[in-house]
Amino acid sequence: MNSSEARHEVDLLISTEDSTGASRALGDLWAHEGSPSAASFVVQRFEQLRPTLKLQPYRLGILRSFTVEPMVPLLRAAAFCAGIDLTVYVSDFNAYVQAITEQDSALYKFRPDAVILAVQTRDVAPEIWNHASALSVEQARASVARVAGDFSDWVQGFRRNSTAHLIVHNLEQPVLPSRGLLDTQPGMSQSAAIVQINAELRNLAGSQVGVYVLDYDALGARHGRSTWHDERKWVTVRLPIAAPNLNRLVTEWMRFLHPLTGKVAKALVVDLDNTLWGGVIGEDGMTGIRLGSEYPGSAYQAVQRALLDLYRRGILLAVCSKNNRDDALEAIDKHPGMLLNRSHFAAMRINWTDKSQNLREIAAELNLGVDSLAFLDDNPIERQQVRTALPEVFVIDLPADPMKFETAIRECPMFERLTVSAEDEQRGAIYQAQHAREQLEQRVSSREDFYRSLQQEAEIAPLTKASLARIAQLTNKTNQFNLTTRRYTEQQVAELNTKPGWECFSIRVRDRFGDNGLVGVAITRRDGDTTEIETFLMSCRVIGRTVETAFLSFLAGRARSQGAQRLQGWFLPTKKNAPARDFYSTHGFTSAHQNGDGTLWTLDLAANSLPAPEWIRLRILNGDEGRND
Amino acid sequence: MTEPLLDRVRRVAADVLETSADKITLDSSPETIETWDSVHHLNLVLALEQEFDLQFEPEEIDQMKDVRHVLEILGSKVQQV
Repeated sequence: MNSSEARHEVDLLISTEDSTGASRALGDLWAHEGSPSAASFVVQRFEQLRPTLKLQPYRLGILRSFTVEPMVPLLRAAAFCAGIDLTVYVSDFNAYVQAITEQDSALYKFRPDAVILAVQTRDVAPEIWNHASALSVEQARASVARVAGDFSDWVQGFRRNSTAHLIVHNLEQPVLPSRGLLDTQPGMSQSAAIVQINAELRNLAGSQVGVYVLDYDALGARHGRSTWHDERKWVTVRLPIAAPNLNRLVTEWMRFLHPLTGKVAKALVVDLDNTLWGGVIGEDGMTGIRLGSEYPGSAYQAVQRALLDLYRRGILLAVCSKNNRDDALEAIDKHPGMLLNRSHFAAMRINWTDKSQNLREIAAELNLGVDSLAFLDDNPIERQQVRTALPEVFVIDLPADPMKFETAIRECPMFERLTVSAEDEQRGAIYQAQHAREQLEQRVSSREDFYRSLQQEAEIAPLTKASLARIAQLTNKTNQFNLTTRRYTEQQVAELNTKPGWECFSIRVRDRFGDNGLVGVAITRRDGDTTEIETFLMSCRVIGRTVETAFLSFLAGRARSQGAQRLQGWFLPTKKNAPARDFYSTHGFTSAHQNGDGTLWTLDLAANSLPAPEWIRLRILNGDEGRND
Repeated sequence: MTEPLLDRVRRVAADVLETSADKITLDSSPETIETWDSVHHLNLVLALEQEFDLQFEPEEIDQMKDVRHVLEILGSKVQQV
């Protein structure tokens, strides 16, 4: 289909009111063209479709020292295709310092969810960019310190005025250093100075919540510094980036927007034949499949290495393959070229059933929505089948050449994370333990015996610096057992914890099969004789083992000891939180009020003791020692 | 692909200027098309650069006062390739 036909098809689908089909066709068109003209078309059509699609609104501010206006439609098109309705504010030219420091600047009035600070080496470090050969070692050092100090002032100034996320471009290297080969010798070095500034920037971001570095230098290098720029347009219209690279910067911005908006995949389901190894195990056998450090098996080891990296990032892996189970398992267990082994896979479906059915089952087994799955398969027909049957699944478009598979996986923005908690790193192992629990559950005769045999230990603790990232993460990704589904950034959690009357607690759960990690969050607000539960959520992998009762019991006890008469909380129904619907009523709460948003449940603390289950060993860490202030 | 130059320009211009291709003629200019302001002009230049895989000189961008001039400049550059 050429570009005119693709546009006609979109308009045809819009005219027949098939908004899902139109939005998919726009996504295909965008993936295929990715040009400024396609962006303009995609944005216009999505704006027509907006009322009929469920898009997630997000507000992005861009502070800049160069022209970014042509990137805005590209970014909005890419965001629309990812399900994000992006509103963009662009600061005045080179007015980023005022925008940051002035409390009532237009930037803050815009109320951004995230802000990008896009400045260039030549703007913030002109002496290093233009006159490096004239600088002494001491002058260069002073220059690095000044620029690092500027960044620090901007970041801290921003934090005083906003809780939004901040993404800071780091500084790019010139294509050729001003002192030529001498640059690598002892003494003044232009590239070393820029490396040092970037290292300071990394430390700065690491010391602040919600501040991230975009590696602009690496982005230019990845695509080729010598063709990244368009110096004519820089001089004439202050646009330093050549036309074909505009969308590459936008793609990099999108890598941040995916995790920021929660448009991420939690599990990757992979095919086996011609995906994890070359060839078909059922036909080629153990000695025939290609997998190893030599070409062509090296391509598949590269795929497995990329998958291992995702596994260590906390992304679950699962297998979905049309094969004889024994053949496939023999290869997984015994082939010397395998980097992955059975313990890396949280679920496996090796059978001849169609893949969309298997994907549904895998989602159910992992306690995930189908929209949390990504799918990797070399076969375009399987991909198309899944795309049609389960449009919520993120299907990775693999090129025909296996040597390019690895890059296609690593480029996928659905696997980006901005923070990784200890729980993420152990997630694969946690799911293995879950298997063992389920087997135990089937063996024991009564629920109570099951609870007892688990030997659960729970630890409830107030918010600490160490738990902040995980707590904010849980508020953003927990959909099912979440009473109010209120989302908070790390900055917001830290802030409300310092308000009078507000408290934030987390719960960790261990049992005989292992540590589940930090799996629950409660945020409460005391007001006179009432304590209100603002947020109560638990990761669904521990639900149904009475830990939620222990946590609620703790909240009741704490409210009582602080003199409250009543513990109350809203249940705000969403499409996904039905598992939490009866939580308050089964714990003795009565419905006190109902409106269009949900039901307010209340518990008379004098009349109800709400005991913790005796089979859980409960440890309460001191409510004051760990405060985050 | 043998899509004539004029059709390719009209298609790109229609996208960028948020109008339909049949509204774009040789005489179309910022005076006749309301959306053709300076920001859209830059977007049009960038879209054409990407469509035809080339880069315009600043003087050429200044000369693009209407579609006719865009075609002339493009014609001379595409021939050179």
